[in-house]
Amino acid sequence: MIYDVAVVGAGVVGGMIARELSAYKLNLCILDKAHDVATGASSANSAIVHAGFDAKEGSLKALLNVRGSELMAQTCRELGVKYKNNGSLVIGFTDEDRETVELLYRRGVANGVKGLRVLNAEELHALEPNVSKNAICALHAPTGSIVCPYELTIASVGNAMDNGASLLLDFEVVGIEDGKDAFTIKAADGRAVTAKYIINAAGLYADAIAAMVGDTSYTVHARRGEYVLLDKESGSLIQNTIFRTPSKMGKGILVSPTVDGNLITGPTSVDIGEKTNKATTPEGLAHVMRETRENVDGVMYNQTITSFCGLRAVGSTGDFIINIPRERFVNVAGIESPGLSSAPAIAEYVISLLKESGMTLEKDPTFDPIRAPMHAFREGTLEEKNAIIKKDPAYGRIICRCETVTEGEILAAIRQNPKPRDLDGVKRRTRAQMGRCQGGFCSPYIVELLAQEMQVPYESVTKFGGDSYINVGKTKGVD
Amino acid sequence: MKQIDLVIVGGGPAGMSAAVAAYDSGVKSILILERDAHLGGILQQCIHNGFGLHRFGEELTGPEYAWRYEQQVYERKIPYLLNTMVLDISPEKVVTATNSEEGVFQIQAKAVILAMGCRERSKGALNIAGTRPSGIFSAGTAQKYVNLKGYMPGKNVVILGSGDIGLIMARRMTLEGAKVHAVCELMPYSGGLARNIEQCLNDFGIPLRLSHTVVEIHGKERLEGVTIAKVDENRRPIPETREYIPCDTLLLSVGLIPENELSKTAGVPLDRVTNGALVDQDRQTAVEGIFACGNVLHVHDLVDYVSEEAEIAGKSAVAYIQGLTAERTDIPLTTDGKIRYTVPQRITQKKDVTVFFRVADVYRNVTIRVSDGDRVIYSKKKLKVAPGEMESITLRPDQFADAKALSFALEVK
Repeated sequence: MIYDVAVVGAGVVGGMIARELSAYKLNLCILDKAHDVATGASSANSAIVHAGFDAKEGSLKALLNVRGSELMAQTCRELGVKYKNNGSLVIGFTDEDRETVELLYRRGVANGVKGLRVLNAEELHALEPNVSKNAICALHAPTGSIVCPYELTIASVGNAMDNGASLLLDFEVVGIEDGKDAFTIKAADGRAVTAKYIINAAGLYADAIAAMVGDTSYTVHARRGEYVLLDKESGSLIQNTIFRTPSKMGKGILVSPTVDGNLITGPTSVDIGEKTNKATTPEGLAHVMRETRENVDGVMYNQTITSFCGLRAVGSTGDFIINIPRERFVNVAGIESPGLSSAPAIAEYVISLLKESGMTLEKDPTFDPIRAPMHAFREGTLEEKNAIIKKDPAYGRIICRCETVTEGEILAAIRQNPKPRDLDGVKRRTRAQMGRCQGGFCSPYIVELLAQEMQVPYESVTKFGGDSYINVGKTKGVD
Repeated sequence: MKQIDLVIVGGGPAGMSAAVAAYDSGVKSILILERDAHLGGILQQCIHNGFGLHRFGEELTGPEYAWRYEQQVYERKIPYLLNTMVLDISPEKVVTATNSEEGVFQIQAKAVILAMGCRERSKGALNIAGTRPSGIFSAGTAQKYVNLKGYMPGKNVVILGSGDIGLIMARRMTLEGAKVHAVCELMPYSGGLARNIEQCLNDFGIPLRLSHTVVEIHGKERLEGVTIAKVDENRRPIPETREYIPCDTLLLSVGLIPENELSKTAGVPLDRVTNGALVDQDRQTAVEGIFACGNVLHVHDLVDYVSEEAEIAGKSAVAYIQGLTAERTDIPLTTDGKIRYTVPQRITQKKDVTVFFRVADVYRNVTIRVSDGDRVIYSKKKLKVAPGEMESITLRPDQFADAKALSFALEVK
């Protein structure tokens, strides 16, 4: 079969584009080299929907950030993804910071960000009593919001699949052959797909994919960002996302509640030469904790749940790289911050580029933008929950006690597009194993549910595919 | 709403023992709520022996010890619900729970006993640098895989932390054919029982590396190795002592945390040291009618002591329901730092009180001293005390009757 479009990369950008394309009469496939969707930058970032005052006036980043921020609430509603409009603050400590705050204010106004206000110390501390007493001013952006990036990715890919798109995982693109009317995209394992159009949303590897069709106009490098995530007990320390005024060294460490009620602190910002080093470092974690404590009082790191490192895909142009360098090939590259915020607008923008390029796009009347929400049970009333449990007793069995996730929810997630095939996949979809015990109690049960649903042996279930096995085999004397 | 005199949250050793004691003291309207598929709690996966020496004068395995109490529950026909998770406890003692049969339901209790046990500290809480491969388990999770599921988590093992579960798992993994390369302990002494160090490490030639910790984790998919290092007296790793050990499995036995999330929903104040409720001699929390016992109150060395403590809570809950009390008083217990904590933290009635406590470090030739201001009301010499072994003393009302506060101190020669 010849696909009309192949989207390379199942991150939030690829996912949102695929979903947008699935509204048209097209044969679509989504390719990703990993064992699941949302495993790259979309699995480990700050989870912020930026208001849009950071990017320089007139840049693609500014345009798409502001538009994306406007679209996000509606997108999340349709996809059943948690979203919270919590507001954001850029706090300043010095007179120089104050000038920066004012510059950001003017930039934000120019970019079209609504509701911006410069606060003095008193107003700031009235709004956020736990922000450092040394802060003297802040930019308040009421449109700043938070969303879960992997949840948004999973939901957008899932919605695209529900509308007919195919997902091919473990599909590491190693070569692209340019036929007359279509590309043949080859995977490392020997598989190949043919597609008329390619959307290159390959994140860190977008430059390599582009080079396969002869476009070497840009490069992408990795910028490491280490984070420390705290227990829900710390989640209400602040309401807004707290940024430090940016310096030459970047946006600095932010402190923010997450949509799930945790507190996230980070990231560091270190450019590296290779693209795989996601190890955290003692220095990086110490840096996150030190700067966080400068910005917000009362952050208790003995409530740490986990620490992790994400890799941002930084393009060589300084702006998002969204273009059509050659016929039927679209780059969507260098999508660093504010990439998550911009994702819905990027999808919209890519459609308009395709139309401009002469692609025929006919709306599919059967397209359904709504995805069954993953949190229906969790957020239901007592009566609603009991009605569900009556119909399906699995919803009465709690598997993950820390996050109170039921067997019913886990099974539903395992059966819903895109189907998880490993422990981390279940974790990202249901939050089971994401609480304070980090899967200590429930992971053996989840392995069992996965093995049962996929009809594979218990010991073949992995943490995240590849060689990430959980068990090496049976104990002595067990048949 | 269903009315029940005594609701017990947790059907492990603490919950079962409390239920039996309460029943035998005269309250028959009892309900045990257990989240797992069977009574017995964590004992079910502790298939090694060593349980029950104090209680029954013989060495039992975990499931055998649990069975002794299960039988007593069954004989008395004390009602219990399995696969039932308590979601909330209100200060007014309304217990909200869920299971497959009844859905989400509520019970109004006259008294509640908290017996939820504890959980293991996870890797995340340690903030170890490095990658996040598979192959890192808490010791208890590995124990569940091996003993209950019949699967081996790995073949080449390093264990961080010398808590008892870690020591037990060092032996268990070895018996199953794995190679345990080292047990690293951050402190200069082990937090585990002396007998476990002997029987689980020394008997198998497994090295215990005191004052060592894991500083980095390696491996992209499955764990490939860990870097360990010696720590200085401030527990900071010494860079020159870094040492790489190839392994596919890292087990963590780095402390147990009482599971008090539900206690908090009931407004029960907690002790910052034990992470359990602040209680009086009856194991009653600061919220009237809510009691706590077992590892949810403070982490015990031996299940025998859990059972003993749970009996106090069970009997006291009955006395509370029936309105019986001894003459009242109110004496806070304080500690000097060398003694880290006491349980109870308060004496509210004039009757014999056994006070349990733990010390902060290994001390030799000590005198345990309890005073009311300048007046010493109790003193006892001991050759050695250690954080891994809980101590206890019993005070009589005539010793503390008029005290304003009792301070617990350790004098070290």
